[in-house]
Amino acid sequence: MKYGLTLVAGLLTAGVLGTSAISESHVDKATMAAVKARQAQMSLYAFNISLLGGMAKGEVEYDAAAASAAAGNLAALSKLDQSRLWPQGSDNETLGDDVTEALPAIWAADSKIMDSAMTMTEAAVAMESAAGEGLDALRGAMGPLGKSCGSCHETYRKADD
Amino acid sequence: MRKLLVFLVTVGLLTAIAGWVASRPVPVSADLMAGVSGDAARGETVFWAGGCANCHAAPEAKGDDVLILAGGYRIESPFGAFIAPNISPGPEGIGNWTTEDLANALLAGVSPSGKHLYPSLPYTTYMHMTAQDVADLKAFMDTLPVSDAVSQPHELPFPFTIRRGVGLWKLVNMSPNWVLANADTPEIERGRYLVEALGHCAECHTPRDATGGLNRSRWMQGAPNPSGDGKIPAIDPVNLKWSAGDISYYLETGFTPDYDSAGGQMTKVVASMAKLEKSDRDAIAAYLKALP
Repeated sequence: MKYGLTLVAGLLTAGVLGTSAISESHVDKATMAAVKARQAQMSLYAFNISLLGGMAKGEVEYDAAAASAAAGNLAALSKLDQSRLWPQGSDNETLGDDVTEALPAIWAADSKIMDSAMTMTEAAVAMESAAGEGLDALRGAMGPLGKSCGSCHETYRKADD
Repeated sequence: MRKLLVFLVTVGLLTAIAGWVASRPVPVSADLMAGVSGDAARGETVFWAGGCANCHAAPEAKGDDVLILAGGYRIESPFGAFIAPNISPGPEGIGNWTTEDLANALLAGVSPSGKHLYPSLPYTTYMHMTAQDVADLKAFMDTLPVSDAVSQPHELPFPFTIRRGVGLWKLVNMSPNWVLANADTPEIERGRYLVEALGHCAECHTPRDATGGLNRSRWMQGAPNPSGDGKIPAIDPVNLKWSAGDISYYLETGFTPDYDSAGGQMTKVVASMAKLEKSDRDAIAAYLKALP
């Protein structure tokens, strides 16, 4: 009888440990997928902005249709629902600087990250209407767009190193 | 024996007197600002190029609010925390300062009451400013909104609380010479003025020596972040391979050549630099490219 109890306790313990181990690796996997997905979104931002920036700098010949398409992509990207991309515990202190530069401040109670995200969407929408209206209009919209990127990166991304 | 004692006491006294004299605050010459009248419109360029708002605006301020120079930004240095004061043109700020007072602060690191200011105000850079630029800056700053925020005292441990010590620091660290001795074109010369007299880029991008002064032999070669973790990147031509056009565009928009964006304190710097004429941003880029 005593042996039986020990066995049951042992099995229970193993079961609990096993479950938590599985669920932890499951969380890790989901978290890592979210980090990967949001970094992919950042790459898509940069890829589209690079065409607009190339035109603004004069490195690429201005083409209204191509500029509009890139700016349209940018605006669409900025409107994606990102709620699953930023799970709790996916900051650089938890996962390490080599995995993510997202600072814990993003999830702090006084975080203003949503305001910054809104600023970015507004700047991207403004670019969407400006990009096809000539090179000067495109150039004018680049400043606010860059500033909107900085509005998140100033406070919520680990400084360069 | 008695002679030796007298000798030692005399030497000791002379050293103390020499130290006291050497460390005294020395203001600018009394007639420096005489007859120099300021122009607020030109002063606005000096203001943005000098990056005043980057430290003196409230830390969370955005947009036009950066013109309210309420102070409060903390520089966490190895010597303690320096807290940027209110420099708005009101009673809690510097509303009662004369143009000469401002010249003393920026060019000599001396307060209106004749005391040393701490070099968290980058007067090792501003000392190169022209008297005209000081007057123009004063004229512009007088047009800005008043903040009634009370300036917070620096949080420094002993012995850095002794302001006289700053006098000795100045003897070692205030150099009247340009780092880039030869500016070969007017554009590079303008860039040198914007960087070495106003922009104080080196305050973060150049490593410091044991006294906390800039190591001018490693100019712009990158350094630990003076107020936080991480590193400030090197921006000398050996390490920064961006074209002059890329540098200028980064200062305008915050976009790197890879279309990543500026982050951290540099977003504030870019916001200020974006207010300058393109020719000035180009000049800064030309200067950086001209460095050894």
